[in-house]
Amino acid sequence: MRQREREAMDNRGTFSAIFLQSTWKYLVLYGVMICLSGVFLFPFLWMVSTSLHDLPGVFAHPYRWVPDILNWENYVRAVTLLPFHTFLFNTLVITASVMVATFFSCSLVAYGFSRLNFRGRNTLFSLCLATMMLPAQVTMIPLYILYSKIGWIDTFWPLIVPAFFGSPFYIFLLRQFFLTIPRELDEAALIDGASRLRIYWSIILPLSRPAMATVMIFTFIGTWNDFVNPLIYINSTENATLTLGLNLLKSQIVGTGMTEWNTLMAGSLLVMIPNIVIFFLAQSQFIKGISVGAMKG
Amino acid sequence: MKISHDRRRNLQGYAFIAPWLIGFVLLAAGPMLASLLLSFTSWTMLSPPSWVGLDNYTAMIQDDPLFYEGLYNTAYYVLFSVPLGLALALGLAMLLNLKLKGIKLFRTIFFLPSVTNVVAVSVLWLWLFNPDFGLLNTFLGWFGIEGPLWLQSEAWSKPALIIMSLWGIGGTMIIFLAALQGIPPELYEAAELDGASSTRKFFHITIPMISPAIFFNLIVGVIGSFQVFTQAFVMTGAGHPGSEGGPNNSTLFFVLYLYKKAFQDFKMGYASSLAWVLFLVVLVFTLVQWRYSRRWVYYEAGER
Repeated sequence: MRQREREAMDNRGTFSAIFLQSTWKYLVLYGVMICLSGVFLFPFLWMVSTSLHDLPGVFAHPYRWVPDILNWENYVRAVTLLPFHTFLFNTLVITASVMVATFFSCSLVAYGFSRLNFRGRNTLFSLCLATMMLPAQVTMIPLYILYSKIGWIDTFWPLIVPAFFGSPFYIFLLRQFFLTIPRELDEAALIDGASRLRIYWSIILPLSRPAMATVMIFTFIGTWNDFVNPLIYINSTENATLTLGLNLLKSQIVGTGMTEWNTLMAGSLLVMIPNIVIFFLAQSQFIKGISVGAMKG
Repeated sequence: MKISHDRRRNLQGYAFIAPWLIGFVLLAAGPMLASLLLSFTSWTMLSPPSWVGLDNYTAMIQDDPLFYEGLYNTAYYVLFSVPLGLALALGLAMLLNLKLKGIKLFRTIFFLPSVTNVVAVSVLWLWLFNPDFGLLNTFLGWFGIEGPLWLQSEAWSKPALIIMSLWGIGGTMIIFLAALQGIPPELYEAAELDGASSTRKFFHITIPMISPAIFFNLIVGVIGSFQVFTQAFVMTGAGHPGSEGGPNNSTLFFVLYLYKKAFQDFKMGYASSLAWVLFLVVLVFTLVQWRYSRRWVYYEAGER
């Protein structure tokens, strides 16, 4: 009896010790997490704050995080100094076209690589994966020359047409997903006399919604944010994309006496918003896409 | 009958992968070959290209200080941003792997910067690094530290871009997190029964188990860092085309130099030879890492 009582006491003692220890641990961990979150968030908060100041407020010492008057007109100035409505329209046209093209090209190719047996399939697939490693700079100059020969410089074509030929990473991602769909479904449909194209369209695509969604989100973000390609191929302001337009705005504002950081921050924030919205709507798709890409690679 | 069946099957397969196959020839293999040929020519796009043999390469090695400047700056950037980024991303991933309440919110916060627009981020950091009014030096001022001139200083411009790159390690972190979540808890339980310390568990279970993810992030990180361009292009030069890469060429990274040669000076032959040097350097680095990976990357049986 007595021994058991003592054991119970001991247990209670260790229990509270562990409890105390873990409470401290939790507090420290949360403290660390909150500090780190601050590091990641403060630039954004500062951006919002600057974007709402008037110019003297931007350069005030000491800086005030919340201005007395919220200068929303900075946002109007940011999008009217240069024709941002044109940039938005251009970006929408390019992004929508690239998304449609990627949807069909990548899924068709991935279907071929995952479901059809043909000579040299594995070699070709390895080749497809290898092109992911190819630095864009190696093909950049000949492609520029090619596009300039056929008169495509300062048009949307160099930004859209390559999407019709698929993108290795998305082909890879979709192939991995298609491989998880039972082959029996294809075979049953084949026996019923369905064509390969019909199986691709009515069986594989509907079953691959999550993977297709991931690819579409990646494509949207990638195209919307692309800077290097528009920089190389687009020369005129009226054909610029949002990302390129933001750089034009920066070039116009920076280095001219008192830099209008408030206008620049307002413009940058507006360009970021679609990303942030998509990110919050589809965070799990992002995480899945990135992890699958890495794990299977 | 058999042959025609095989041929039909092959044709069907090629038809499905045709988009990629055509794209591979027109947009990858063809241009690659063209770029190699161009690298042996001198061409400004005005007159026809003239064959100069290895002149571009010898000129680069013998009398182009900017070539070495670009190599040095890029090596500096890769050498610091990749290991620091990997370590920080792994640290964050390990924190996120703890079973804490509200962990998803923290994950979102750490991940967010990496999915935003790179030009918008560059403009934001240009302002954060402002020596007189920027958030960074204001913050340092609270501790009585007078911050450096950051992007306006030859010594601090590269560290500034490296610091900025650490803000965007969300993708790397997510990959580490997925790998950490894939470690069977029994391994840790067994180690705890044997009385293993946290450090021991970290080096003998965590690191080997996530070594494929470390390897992947290392390869992708090195390839990506070798191609650093946009940040330097947007954040340096104060809006005057042609002056990017300053101060005093301290942020003239290899790809930025290549871009300026190709699209500001229109020296297409020389720029192509620069591209091939970059390609070979990246290729050698990747192959070396691949080769040494067998010594330290652990794949569970059956995974490969």
